[in-house]
This record gives sequence, C-alpha cells and structure tokens, in this order.
Amino acid sequence: MLTEAWQLSGSVSLRPERFGALAYDFRTRRLSFLKTPTLVDVVRRLGDSPTVLDALTGAGVDASQQAAYVRALSGLATSGLLVPQHPSPSAPVSVPAASQEGP
Amino acid sequence: MTTTIQPLERPKVGRLVDEFEYGLDAPICLTWELTYACNLACVHCLSSSGRRDPRELTTAEAKALIDEFERMQIFYVNIGGGEPTIRPDFWELLDYAVEHHVGVKFSTNGFRITKERAERLAATDYVDVQISLDGATAEVNDAVRGAGTYDAAMRAMTHLQAAGMQDFKISVVCTRHNIDQLDDFKAIADRFGAQLRLTRLRPSGRGADVWGELRPLPEQQRQLYDWLVAHGEGVLTGDSFFHLSAFGEALPGLNLCGAGRVVCLVDPVGDVYACPFAIHDTFLAGNIRDLGFDRVWKESPLFLELRSPQTGGACTKCSAYDSCRGGCMAAKFFTGLPLDGPDPECVKGNGDIPLAGVAAGTRPSPSQDHSHTGPVHNQPIPLTLMPTRLTSRPDRSCDEDPLVGFAGAGAGRETADRG
Ligand code: SF4
Ligand code: SF4
Repeated sequence: MLTEAWQLSGSVSLRPERFGALAYDFRTRRLSFLKTPTLVDVVRRLGDSPTVLDALTGAGVDASQQAAYVRALSGLATSGLLVPQHPSPSAPVSVPAASQEGP
Repeated sequence: MTTTIQPLERPKVGRLVDEFEYGLDAPICLTWELTYACNLACVHCLSSSGRRDPRELTTAEAKALIDEFERMQIFYVNIGGGEPTIRPDFWELLDYAVEHHVGVKFSTNGFRITKERAERLAATDYVDVQISLDGATAEVNDAVRGAGTYDAAMRAMTHLQAAGMQDFKISVVCTRHNIDQLDDFKAIADRFGAQLRLTRLRPSGRGADVWGELRPLPEQQRQLYDWLVAHGEGVLTGDSFFHLSAFGEALPGLNLCGAGRVVCLVDPVGDVYACPFAIHDTFLAGNIRDLGFDRVWKESPLFLELRSPQTGGACTKCSAYDSCRGGCMAAKFFTGLPLDGPDPECVKGNGDIPLAGVAAGTRPSPSQDHSHTGPVHNQPIPLTLMPTRLTSRPDRSCDEDPLVGFAGAGAGRETADRG
C-alpha cells in the first residue's frame, strides 16, 4: 500500500473530535472512528499525496510506526472509506448503520 | 456499531468508550420527534403521543434546525414522533435535510407509505426507513399497536420491497408476547430484504403503564440474550440490551448509556432531552428556541453533569459492571430506582429488591402527555388486561417479584445496598 495512491471516498465526511475524528459514509450509512489525530491528518493528506508514504511522512509518522498506520489505512480501505485515486469499479458495499440509535 | 478502532498510540486519549463518556462535540445518535400527533394509540408509546402540540416547531424553525445540524456535522438523524409523516411538511423537511447533508432514518407505522412514496424513498439516497412491528403475527402485534396495524406494516414493506428499497429496517420492541417469535421476525425481515432491529421495552411514556405486563419474563431475558449472541451483528439493537451482557460475553455495541453524551432527543416543541426514553423535566437540557441546539448540547448543566464521571453505586461491586454499567438510566428513573444502582431488569436479580422497595406512589409521574383523550378508531385491545392509568400503577412494576407487598422490608435492603 505504501507506494499506492489513495484518497478519502467522496461520500465520506470527517468530523473532528478530541480523540481524532468520526468518519461517516453517506453511501453506506456506516460510522467509523479515527482514533488518533495523527491518523486523521494522514487521511486528510492522502488525496493530495502521490503515495501513501508521502502522506505518512507529511504527517510526521516515523518509520517505526509505518506498519501500524498501514494496517489502519488498510482497514479503512476495506470498509470503503478510502478509495484508490484512480478507482476501478468495485462491488457495492452493503452495511449496518451505526448503533446507539433512537427508538 | 461498526467501529474502526485503531490500536495505535493512545497517550493523549483513553479508550474510545471513555471518550464517549465525556461526551462528543455533537451527538452521534440524535432523535428528532417531529410531532406528537399520531394516528395510532400504541399502549407502550415511549413519547405518550397522540395529539399534536400547538407549539410544534414551524417549517421555518425545523429548517433552521437542519441548518444547525449541518453546521455541527451531525451526519444523520433519526426522525420519529408521533407519526412523523402526519406533518404536512414531512416530505419537504426530508428533502431539505438530504440537500443539506443530513441523512435521515425515519420511523413510521407504515400507514402512509404508499406505492408512490415507496418509489420516491427508494430513489433518494441518504434516507432510510424503519417500520414498527411488535408482533410477527397480527394477533400479537395488533394487541399492542391497534387493529389493522400489522396489515398496514406488511403493506408498507411490500411497497418498499417492490420499489427496490434495500436494507430498510423492521423495528421490534421486545415483549413477553413476542420473544418466542424472534425467528419469525428474522424470517419476515429476510423475506422483505430488510434488516431486523430489536429494541428494549422501557417504562417510558405510556410504556410505564404496561411495562409490568409486557416486559419479558426473567427466563425470556436469557432466551433473548442467547438469540442475540447467536445472531451477532446480523441483527441491530441500537445498543438496547447491554444490561443483558451481564449474562456472559458482551453484546456488540458501545455498552454504555449514551444519554447526553452521544445520544439526545429534540422533541416536537424544540425541547432537548438527554435521551428519547427520558422525556421528563429531570432530563430536560433546554430548548432550541432559546439557545439553539449547539449551545444546549455543549453547555447545558444537565449534559455537562451526565458527562462527568458517574458513580456506579451498588453496581461497582458487580463482576459484570464493565459491560453492563448498571443498565439504563431511563428504566431506573421511571421505575423510581436510584440512578446509581442496578437496572430494574438486572439479570443478576439485583434490581428486584430495590424495585420491591419503591414505595407506592413514589414513581415519577410523567411531566407531559399527548395521548389521545377520546377513543381512537383502531384502539389496541391488549392480550392481557388493559390497565387503567393511575389506579393499579404502584405494584405493577414488580408483579413478578416475590417481595411484592413487602415494601417496607425491601426499602430497608435497598438503602443498605446502596453506596
Ligand atoms: S437512558 Fe437508557 S435508553 Fe437512554 S441512552 Fe441511556 S441506556 Fe440508552
Ligand atoms: S448489579 Fe448492576 S452491573 Fe451488575 S448485572 Fe445488575 S445492573 Fe448490571
């Protein structure tokens, strides 16, 4: 993934919170949590970075932490929050909405 | 809850669930009841709905509130009522929300989901529909929701499916009469390409009047828990049943009371409550007409208090405290129990003794009631004896309890158990 170009999906909005950010995908109605401010920074940089590595470096992630961040980003990619910068058509994701719902 | 929780560095912040206890800048789960008006008179209505409140927010006020939601990045709201589709501007507000990037899931009894409406809904992104159904058969459903309501729900679901609406929700309030129907509900959901959602009957609104007769029996709580464990993330619960986690492994979800922290209710007149199940002056944080929603959410003394560290009372000694956390604040409040003690349906039985000790007449009375005052044409005829309000209240909450009638002894134990 390090050498690939990824970006935040167009249907996803981020809302900053003290711990990091909430990420909501309007298409899949799925709510996720970005658990650290650095991860939020990385995710925001992805779209303007030629590679994931550039985004990590730009956000000040040092080499020892790269693997952990790549794992996190892969998870976000699997759930559809991140998409390739030049997307190939992919299968639609179907999804549970977030919990803690109303009545 | 679908969480993407990253096991990365976490010096500055604690576990996510702890962060949630301190509250977020905006709610994750905001319920907005658009109207207290309803064409039905369900016996367990959490908001005691029926008649429209003349002070209801105007269309302009409702749109301004949606603008505020957008500014706060509240990604979606759960719209309910009452029956929200009764508002003449309902569809207009729905479109307005979607245009302003506020997704909507709305709850309805289905009476007004015609073929044409279903087609429009299926064509609109960002809108999800939740049909209420409290029995897998007309007999069980209509006893709670009223004559003809089962057929109306089925008709609505048929229209939604035919229109190509996928993954809409079928929402079931679990009662002692439908616990044996869980597999049937799942089959109905599968048949319609819908998602099943099970929620807890709480003694809120008119629910307080029937809670004693309708709540699942103790052995049914276990049956429900086992069913939920077996079905995992395949069934939604809105995090309703975390008090059942005390039976064993934790159920999927946050396992905390989100009231005022990540959950809140905006009612039809703009009052903001800590939770849709806590419509009572005690949990009223303010009104959007006075302060705007943002300020009520961020600054109300009530919410700030709910976000401060809470004591678990007697529950902190319990081995299940980490996942159960003493259960539901609203359930405790409306049964007259202390908020820092066990849930009235504590699976370890610790709610029974305090419940027996709640002196007759000390349960909080509702601070508002919009129930129909006259007969409704499809009035529910309960399977069990229909209670009359006021008269038989005090003992009903504990009619399963062997200590009923020994209120004095119970009260003593309750005091001793606290703290
Ligand atoms: S009061 Fe009960 S229903 Fe409301 S958020 Fe807390 S646990 Fe959930
Ligand atoms: S004692 Fe409290 S924490 Fe333990 S199971 Fe009962 S309600 Fe839950």
